[in-house]
Order: sequence, then structure tokens, then C-alpha cells
Amino acid sequence: MSTPPIYQSTNLPKTRSAAWRSFRIATWLGWQIESNWTDPILFAIYSMLKPLASAAILVVMYGVITNGQFENPIFPYIYLGNAFYIYVGAVMTGVSWAVIDDREHYRTLKYIYVAPIRLPAYWLGRGVARFLTGSFAVFITLAAGVLFLHVPFHPARVDWPLFLLSLMLGVVMLALMGLVLASISLMIAHHFFLIGEAVAGALYLLSGAIFPLEVLPPWLRPLGFAMPITYWLELIRRSLLGDLARGFPTLSGFNNGQLLGILTGLSVLFGLLAAVTYRLCDLQAREKGLIDQTTNY
Amino acid sequence: MGSEARPFFAPVPKASGWRLFLKTVVARAYPRVVGQQRERSWIFFDVFLSILAVSAYVFVYRAIGAPEEYVGFVVVGGAMTAFWLNVLWSMSSQLYWEKESGNLALYIMAPNSMMAILLGMALGGIIATALRAAAILLVGSLLFHVQYAVGNLPALVVVFLLTLAALYGLGMMSASLFLLWGREAWHLANLAQEPIYLLSGFYFPVKNLGFWVAVAASIIPLTLGLDAMRQLLFPSGAALGFLTVPVEVAVLAVLCVLFLVAARWLLGYMERMAIREGRLLESRR
Repeated sequence: MSTPPIYQSTNLPKTRSAAWRSFRIATWLGWQIESNWTDPILFAIYSMLKPLASAAILVVMYGVITNGQFENPIFPYIYLGNAFYIYVGAVMTGVSWAVIDDREHYRTLKYIYVAPIRLPAYWLGRGVARFLTGSFAVFITLAAGVLFLHVPFHPARVDWPLFLLSLMLGVVMLALMGLVLASISLMIAHHFFLIGEAVAGALYLLSGAIFPLEVLPPWLRPLGFAMPITYWLELIRRSLLGDLARGFPTLSGFNNGQLLGILTGLSVLFGLLAAVTYRLCDLQAREKGLIDQTTNY
Repeated sequence: MGSEARPFFAPVPKASGWRLFLKTVVARAYPRVVGQQRERSWIFFDVFLSILAVSAYVFVYRAIGAPEEYVGFVVVGGAMTAFWLNVLWSMSSQLYWEKESGNLALYIMAPNSMMAILLGMALGGIIATALRAAAILLVGSLLFHVQYAVGNLPALVVVFLLTLAALYGLGMMSASLFLLWGREAWHLANLAQEPIYLLSGFYFPVKNLGFWVAVAASIIPLTLGLDAMRQLLFPSGAALGFLTVPVEVAVLAVLCVLFLVAARWLLGYMERMAIREGRLLESRR
């Protein structure tokens, strides 16, 4: 009678690719890390309070100056831009933060490196938890706007195919931008954790998230037009608000198809950039022995 | 040689009492003041991120046609965010970080007062953060051409110092609480950013939140401190103020005393509880 082997290499299902397996497990792990520090009720409050407070700051600022004229088209422009911008911080930082978290906090990056996984897929998976909590925050913010602030939202008038396509493209684009940052994070010390926030903060300013690009000084506007998030937010606004969103001159010269084309093109560009950055940074990090560095800040 | 041989180990004169207290304060403040200036990237990010936020809110005000003094309100509020972030991340959460890195047990074992350590952290934090806040104020004012009209400089200085004293007293008090909360501390500190920016009126006059909300928010010293500073810095500040400056100064003085006494009591409670439950050396990741 033969004894079963201690280690069965066939435990891993062969039908699933390493990338999918890495993504799936990282998604589960990311969710555990994000949510298991407290009970579900406190976690729900935590997930709601921050985005609602951010939105409320803008609402109060707007209300103070306009004496509560929330029916003006600029208000839904600001409100929706701010609500969907939650995805930028959530997805981009969610993906890139995994590097610092694994290397410096849990000190497991070296083990992840020697495990049979695909690192970029693993990082993308780690970002899914933040995407889910971000989606919850976006939904709550939108619901508050529609219920209490008269943000014009009529389900029958929403261009759902355009909305879903734009949302999907946007999330992919943000994840690819997160991969670029994650690769760069391989090369930097813990105290540069602010890099994700810095990029998200700069994009908040440059992408016309909460004000039309015409308000920016002329020398800053070209940067705004070079950012895919500018086109993504415009598509989201157009799909939800229809003609109301077309009233702003920034991108009025483009139709929806052109905007989708630009967004797709820029996303592909970021995909290529992510692949190149990963190869370069991964090589350098191995070469310099940075994979298991603990900068201990 | 006729001279006596020098002892291999010369005893160091030991400080005690107030001398030890002051030496501890200086020793703990030193890494805050010097260390933080050595890390140039932190200075850059602290100033750059605040300027980004300030710029975004300034452009929102410009997009909706707000009067220019609101731009000044945002710049002053943006500069004061540096202090709030310092209190949250480098005061309230600090004992928790110290526990994680193994320093907390050493602090408690050493023959010094924990109050002196907290005070040193606060003083060092105030000096280091004041440089960043000044940079934000300067860059923001130059970028957006903010006009100030300071009529009563001594009152402005008093309000500023009282605000910082009360704010860092709050930080000293919450350091013990955050330590007891353990790893939830990071999330709680994270949670206390935007909601406090909203409630304390960092980017708009707090009066607009309504009387009772503003009263409740006044437990955060920055609420009344910012309101009083705006009243003393801008011509229209008094009209948009929540309470009169003397009342706000009086409340800030009460908050100072309250938070410092509470900090001392909570520190003792935390030490007793952490030692009793053996949680000083635990590290829950």
C-alpha cells in the first residue's frame, strides 16, 4: 500500500491560469485586510462618513455662495465629478499601496515573490477591495445628492450603455495607472507612501473633477487635456445628465464616440506604460536588493 | 605619573525632578524638529499636497463666483490643516506607533515622566509643523493674491498660540485613547480628516453650519481658532464670524486646561491598564 505524498503539486487547478489565481486570492486577501479590523457596522459607517464629508464640504461651499441654488447646472457638474473621483483614489491607491503594505507592514513581499503567482495580477486583485468600498461610497454619495440636494438623476433618461462602458473603461484605466505607481513603489522607501495621494491630488486639480478646466490658468489646461480622467468624468456626466452636461464648453467639441476613442487610446497607452514600468522597476528592485527592504518609517 | 588614574567609567550626573522633566521634553522634541527637516520629501509632500487641496477649493470658489475673501479663508484653512494632520498622525497615533516599533515599553521603563514625552512630541510637532504651515500660507497667498488686513496683531498671536495649545492638548489626550484602540487607530485617524475639515469649517465660515452644529464642533479647538483668526485677518471676517473674538479666546483657554488635565489622567489610566493586561509589547498586524 503506497503512502500519499506529503506535497501534492497537483493541488493547483491546472485549468486556471496563474494570473487568474493570483487575482482571485489577492482579492480575497485585500478584502480581509480592508475590512477585518472592526465589525461590519463600524466598517459601513467608516466607508460612508469620509466620502459624505468630502461631498458635504463642497455642498456647503456651494450653498454659502449661491444661497442654495442647487438647480444650477454647475452644481451637478461639481457633485458628480467629486462623487466619481472617489474611484481614482480608491483604485489607483488601492493597487499601488499593496507594495508598501506587503513589504514594510506585513513583510511578506519576499514570500510573494517566490510564490507561484503573477505579481501584476496580484496587485490588481489587492485593489479590488478598495474598488468595492469605493463603489459603495460612490453609491452613497450619489444617493445623498439625489435624495437631499436635487441632483438631477432620472433612470429613464440615463444612457446606461454609455455609463457602463465608460465606468468599465475608467476603472481599467485607473487600475493601469495604479500598476504604474505600484511598480515605482518597488523602488522607493516607505515614507514615500504619499506618492499615491500626491498623484490623486494633482489629478483632482487638473482633471476638472470639481470645476470646468476653463477656471484653471491657461498654462495648466494642457495638462488637464492630457489626463484620461478628464475624458472619463465627462463621459460619466454626459451619460447621467445628458444635455445638461454638454452645456460646459471644455469638451463640447467632442461627441461621445470621440471621447470614448480618446479614453480607450489613453488607457492602452497607460497599459503599455504599466508593462514597461513594471519590467524596469522589477529588474532594478531585484538588482539592488530592494524586495525585502524595510525602511521602518 | 603623580596624577590619579582617570576612572574607566565616569558616572554621569543624573537629572531629576523638573530638570529631568525639561530634559525629557527637549529630548523628545529634538527628533521632531531636526529629524523631520532632514527628510526633505516629507516637507515637499506636506506642502505640495496641502497646496493642491487649497488650489482645488480656490478654483471651486472661483467657478461659482465667490467673493475674493473666501479665497483667503481657504488659504488660511489649508495652512491650519497641517496642524490637524500633525495632531492626528504624529500625536494621537504616536503612542500606538511607538508600541508597534517597540519604543513605548522603553519610555515607560525609563525614569522619566510620560507627560514630558507627550509634551516634547507636542512642542516638536508645533515647531516642525509651523514651518510647513507658514510655507503653505506663503505659497497660497502669493499664488492667489490673498489680501490680509490685520488690525490687532497681539490678539491674532494670542488666538494662534491658544489654538495650538488646546489642539496639542487634545492630541496628548487622544494619544492614550488611540493606544487603547490598537490597530483601529490607523482607521480612526484616517476617518478624522474630512469630517473634521467639514465640521471645523476649514474651507468656509463655520457659522454656515448652523449654531448648534458649530457649538458641537467647537470641541475641536481649530473650529473657534480658525474662526477667530479669520475675523482678525480679513475685513469681512467679523461679519462672517461665529462668536465674538473674546468669547472664542475664553473658550479656547478653557479647552486648553480641560485637555491637558484629561491628558494627564488618561495617560495614567492607559499605563495602568496596559501594564495590567500585558498589552505594552503586543503587536497586532
